[in-house]
Amino acid sequence: MSEHAIEVILNGEPVQAIVEGRRTLVDFIRLDAGKTGTHIGCEHGVCGACTVMLDGEAVRACLMLAVQADGRQVRTLEGVADADGTFSRVQQAMREEHGLQCGFCTPGVVMTLTAMTEANPQVSEEELTDAICGHLCRCTGYQGILRVVKRLTGAAT
Amino acid sequence: MTKPAPFDYLAAHTLDEALEALADGYGDAVVLAGGQTLVPLLALRLSLPSVLVDINPIAELQGVSRIDGATRLGAVTRQAQVLRDPLVARHVPGLAMATRFVGHHQTRNRGTLGGSLALAEPAAEYPATALALGARMQARSRAGERTIEADDYFLGPYSTALQPDEILTAVDFPDWPAGARTVVNEVARRPGDFALVGLVCALSVDAGKIARAGVSWFGMGPTPMRSRRAEAALTGQAVEGLDLAGIAELAVADTEPLDDIHASGRYRATVARRIFPRIARQALGQGPGQEAAA
Ligand code: FES
Ligand code: FES
Repeated sequence: MSEHAIEVILNGEPVQAIVEGRRTLVDFIRLDAGKTGTHIGCEHGVCGACTVMLDGEAVRACLMLAVQADGRQVRTLEGVADADGTFSRVQQAMREEHGLQCGFCTPGVVMTLTAMTEANPQVSEEELTDAICGHLCRCTGYQGILRVVKRLTGAAT
Repeated sequence: MTKPAPFDYLAAHTLDEALEALADGYGDAVVLAGGQTLVPLLALRLSLPSVLVDINPIAELQGVSRIDGATRLGAVTRQAQVLRDPLVARHVPGLAMATRFVGHHQTRNRGTLGGSLALAEPAAEYPATALALGARMQARSRAGERTIEADDYFLGPYSTALQPDEILTAVDFPDWPAGARTVVNEVARRPGDFALVGLVCALSVDAGKIARAGVSWFGMGPTPMRSRRAEAALTGQAVEGLDLAGIAELAVADTEPLDDIHASGRYRATVARRIFPRIARQALGQGPGQEAAA
C-alpha cells in the first residue's frame, strides 16, 4: 500500500497531507483538509453531492483519488462566496429562487453552476439544465433549481 | 460508506513506465484512466488490484489528430473534449452525438473514450459506436504495438481482446464517404442512465442508393451487437421505398437481449423494433441527423 505526500491548492490555499493511494479526493477534502462543505452521498458517482471544481471544471470528488489532485487547483463551496461572506451570483440566485431545502445536494449543485457560468458567461439554459441531470435532489423537485438556471442565463422567471 | 481496499498507486508519466508496471503486476495491476467506472468498482471492492497504474499524466495518450484517412483519438481523451473537438465534429460527428448520452457533464469532464472502450460495458454508447463505424483499437504492450478491429475486439460483457499487459493507446475512426450520416439514439429511464436499448446507425447514400451501412445496438446483448444482416439488407437498396420495418426485424434478429432488473429481453426487442425505422430515417437525412464532411 503506497503513501504519497501531496499538496493540493484548495480554494487558493496550499494544503499538504500524506495520503494512502486509495484516499479519495472527497475524503481528503473533508477529513484531511477539514472542509466539510463538500458532501458525500452515494460515494460511487451517482448523486453529485460531492461535486467540486478541479482546475475550473466540475468533477465528482468521490471518483478521483486525492493523489491525482496533487499540485492542482481544487475549489469547493467554501471558496465560492467573497472573503467577507457576500454571496456569489449563483448562491444569491439559489437563495432567492428557493433552489434548496435541506441543503444536502446544494454544495454540488452550486459547484456545477459556478464552474459552468464562470467558464462561459454565455452558457445556455439548455446546457445548465442538462448538467443539473448530474445531481440528485430529494427535496426541491428541481423546480427551484431550474428557476436558478433561468436566472443565471438571463431567461425571465 | 464504502472505501477502496489498499493498493499501490503509481502515476505513470510515460507509456513505457506504465507498460512496465502492468507487466510486473501481470493480471493484478489495473490501469486507471478517467476513473468514472473504476473508482466506484474500487470503492465497492468489486475491483481489488494490487497496483493501480494511473495513465492520466501521459501526454501522448491525449488529444485528437488526423492520420491516414482516419481521425485518431488518444485513449485518455476526455469525453468532454470529444464533445467539443472540431476534428471530431467534422470527421466523426456520430462520436460526438454518442457522447451526449455518456454519463453526465461532471463525469464527462474526467471520463475518457478509451476507458469506456476498455471497460466494454454492453449497454454503453461508445462500444457500439466504435463497432458501427469500424473503429480500430491501437494497443501497446512491451512486446510491441498491434491494431485490433472493432469486430474482433468486444468478446463479452466487460471483456475485450486486450491482454492484461496491454494498454489501449488510441482509437482510429476511418473516414466514411462524404455526406455519410450517423445517428445515435437510445431509450433510457433518465438522461445519463445506461440505455435500455440504443442504436447507432451510419448510412452513406450515393445516387439515391445506400452505398454503405453500419448498424450496431447497445443494451441488446452481452456485447455491443452489430447487425450484419441489417447492413446487408440496407446496402445497395434505393432510399426510395425502403422497407425499414422489415429490416428492423433483421436487425433485432441479430441481437440477444437479456432480462434484467431494468427491462425484460422481450421489452427491449419491442422497443428496438420501434426505434430502428425512426433512427434509420434520420440517418438518411429524413429528420434531424448528423452530416459528416469528407
Ligand atoms: S458522493 Fe460523489 S457522486 Fe455521490
Ligand atoms: S435540497 Fe435536499 S436534497 Fe436537494
